[in-house]
Amino acid sequence: MQMPPLDPDILRRRGAIVAALKAIVPGEGVIDDLDGMRPYECDALSAYRQMPLVVVLPETVDQVAAILRYCQDHKVKVVPRGAGTSLSGGSMPVGDAILLGMAKFNRVLEIDYANRCARVQPGVTNLGVTKAVEHEGFYYAPDPSSQIACSIGGNVAENSGGVHCLKYGLTTNNLLGIEMVLMNGEVVRLGGKHLDSGGYDLLGLMTGSEGLLGVVTEVTVRLLRKPSTARAVLLGFPTEAGAADCVAAVIASGIIPGGMEMMDKDAIQCAENYVGAGYPLDAEGLLVVELDGPEIEVDYLVARVEEIARGRGATTVRVSRDEQERVLFWAGRKAAFPAVGQISPDYMCLDGSVPRGHLVQVLAEMREMSKSYGLRVVNVFHAGDGNLHPLILFDANDPDELRRAEEFGADILRLCVRVGGVLTGEHGVGIEKRDLMGEQFTEIDLDQQMRVKCAFDPDHLLNPGKMFPKLRRCAELGRVTVHDNKLPFPDIPRF
Amino acid sequence: MTGETIRPRDARELRQAVEWALNDGVTLDVRGSGSKLDLGKPMQCDQVLDVSGVSGIVDYAPEELVVTLRAGTPMRDVEALLAQRNQMLAFEPPDLGPLLGRAPGEGTLVGAVMGNLAGPRRLSAGAARDHLLGFSGVNGRGEAFKSGGRVMKNVTGYDLSKLLAGSWGTLAVLDQVSVKVLPAPDQTRTLVLQGLDDTAAVTAMCAAMGSPHEVSGAAHVGDRTALRIEGVAPSVEARLKGLRELLAASGAVMEELATFESRTFWREVRDVVPLEVAPDAIVWRLSCPPTEGPAIVARIRSQRPSAKAFYDWSGGLIWLALPPVADAEHLLVRAALGATGGHAMLIRAPVATRASVPVLHPQSPALAALAARVKESFDPKGLFNPGRMVSL
Repeated sequence: MQMPPLDPDILRRRGAIVAALKAIVPGEGVIDDLDGMRPYECDALSAYRQMPLVVVLPETVDQVAAILRYCQDHKVKVVPRGAGTSLSGGSMPVGDAILLGMAKFNRVLEIDYANRCARVQPGVTNLGVTKAVEHEGFYYAPDPSSQIACSIGGNVAENSGGVHCLKYGLTTNNLLGIEMVLMNGEVVRLGGKHLDSGGYDLLGLMTGSEGLLGVVTEVTVRLLRKPSTARAVLLGFPTEAGAADCVAAVIASGIIPGGMEMMDKDAIQCAENYVGAGYPLDAEGLLVVELDGPEIEVDYLVARVEEIARGRGATTVRVSRDEQERVLFWAGRKAAFPAVGQISPDYMCLDGSVPRGHLVQVLAEMREMSKSYGLRVVNVFHAGDGNLHPLILFDANDPDELRRAEEFGADILRLCVRVGGVLTGEHGVGIEKRDLMGEQFTEIDLDQQMRVKCAFDPDHLLNPGKMFPKLRRCAELGRVTVHDNKLPFPDIPRF
Repeated sequence: MTGETIRPRDARELRQAVEWALNDGVTLDVRGSGSKLDLGKPMQCDQVLDVSGVSGIVDYAPEELVVTLRAGTPMRDVEALLAQRNQMLAFEPPDLGPLLGRAPGEGTLVGAVMGNLAGPRRLSAGAARDHLLGFSGVNGRGEAFKSGGRVMKNVTGYDLSKLLAGSWGTLAVLDQVSVKVLPAPDQTRTLVLQGLDDTAAVTAMCAAMGSPHEVSGAAHVGDRTALRIEGVAPSVEARLKGLRELLAASGAVMEELATFESRTFWREVRDVVPLEVAPDAIVWRLSCPPTEGPAIVARIRSQRPSAKAFYDWSGGLIWLALPPVADAEHLLVRAALGATGGHAMLIRAPVATRASVPVLHPQSPALAALAARVKESFDPKGLFNPGRMVSL
């Protein structure tokens, strides 16, 4: 993974930069010693590590604005960071960039049940929002697996998902407004407690922009009432195709489950050995289907899902009898990653999305690749929305295995794109998938995205080295080429 | 003055047309069916670029919940196709044709996306922006580009679909879109509470929306407060009962609308029929925090007693009709929003009024400057729909 070369001029000016930051954020908000910066040297994509130039932890919007304005004026790069749980290196430090940590923005500012929203600072954890409102029967719907640790600001940057996206949407569908600071230090508010502001949907653009466009300082999220009942159904199939057919049939019948997860045989076995959730070890494909809503509806839908599954050859059909069993059914799925961690020194988690109709083909091709690379792959995924999480097993101490694992992963993502899918469903591009962007996008597509970046950050100072495989100067991107020869286009109908 | 009309038949011709406009420095009035010509700021363009010839369904995969279609495809064709498989566009795009003095059923799906329109189900299912999965089109440099895809979960690169939805054709000319669809509910029933005033009605609607009964529409029209429940029969029955119990304390007399009557009622709310406007009335659409709705309307009525209004989105959407005045009372209407952070869009007014008054809610200088830079990043020469969103 190549990062842009460090700017020796910035490294030389480090002392002055640290002093300037200390003038903006007094006290212990500036960390410039190696031991103090160590916790920030990586995010959850921990294979890549890099010490930042300096860490700054502002506490007020004015401080964030002053820091960004200083960085703009002095052409200093900035990497924003929430809780540092990015799986794609989105918050990985850059050696000649300030690491701007938003952890001190950790307050819930307002809860408005009547208008079903909460105004929170970006450092509040995802689960923290739900914890603040669950005593009134409400919750915040997106539930990435890191929800105990990940921050709302990070969720906005990455447009985080979770297992309930199919029914409840991603972060972008659950936001009402944000306040953010632009690279030039301007503070703007997008949206609020109301729906659909006129003008360009910059809130939608900011969501999933991976910290490249602005620094979020406040978030207004939608709250939902917790469904009164939730039940999980375990469905085991003798073939993966049977399981995949069942997923398509459930949706075609008009049912949108709260969650619909699939595991392959290896994943079932790993999970079962690890937590003993009672998964059927003879199944080639296992579905965990969660249905939520009013009790009578859940009963009705569970019966229909059971019927569909039996019609598709399910050999195991078990419905959770109580909350304890529902949690147990999920425990295996949720423990799949650590369970795989027990059988392999290292694993790499991928995140491609494919049209569901191609699931079986993609799984089969992945197996073939697994043989040719000589590395095992275990599959756990959000079947309802076609979001795959293949886990490639390898040993990082063996440099050749690491190399093969990286190549295998890239091949899987190319396969996803080839069947009409995309490189990343919910983890983001970051540094991890940056160099594969050309598989999905043309240069023109990427140039257009970079021009949008230029509208926010004309000097490419914010989260550099992420998302774009190569950077082009904004001035160069801004030039308009007009052809000399006037083209007649005689065949287009005119009136 | 708008000159001749260019009518490309496919994506290639569409790109050629934009390239030509760029070369000749010609501004384009980009339109599909033209059903929203009387909505938004009026324009003075050199040419009309009519994309209605780039039309047709490309792919429909009901079990994948996605339909891919060309930009000129009529909305009625899309809706008919989805209905065959018992699916729908969950954002319930309104047909504002009759409100704007045109025939019903004229619009295109992409036209609804470009206005980011949404009906009563906006509350629970989102707006057009939440359903646009991806697109391809041409930017103001005459370059064909794409963003997004046709899968439900996708965070690869910037979500330009959000930016295009609600851009009124000012950023790019689309040739194809992929849109998320959802199963249509088996049943649609409505609980109607009679006789509540605006404040009591909004309180009841917010309580219903905050309940576990999954209300998918909450409107207050006159003295009727309507709550929509959709889904499978046994669930609908149970939730209606739950809602009645929840709202018993309001003291309101309650009645129920069955599926057919319900569908008519909500279609009319969607298309702003209950406003019963005079042919020359000014129409505004106000978006606000739901609980602020009644106070906003009261502020307007205190100065313009003849103002007519009804509420959708649990009070968060106000449809307002005022007698004709040259400036559409824009200062009064926007002042009434006060500090709620909401916004007001002028939906219907004579062309001279729309030319002189901000149709969309004015933005802060920093935000307006940022929006202008975003526009420039797509369309540096200002070819597409100049002045459609903001005065030039």
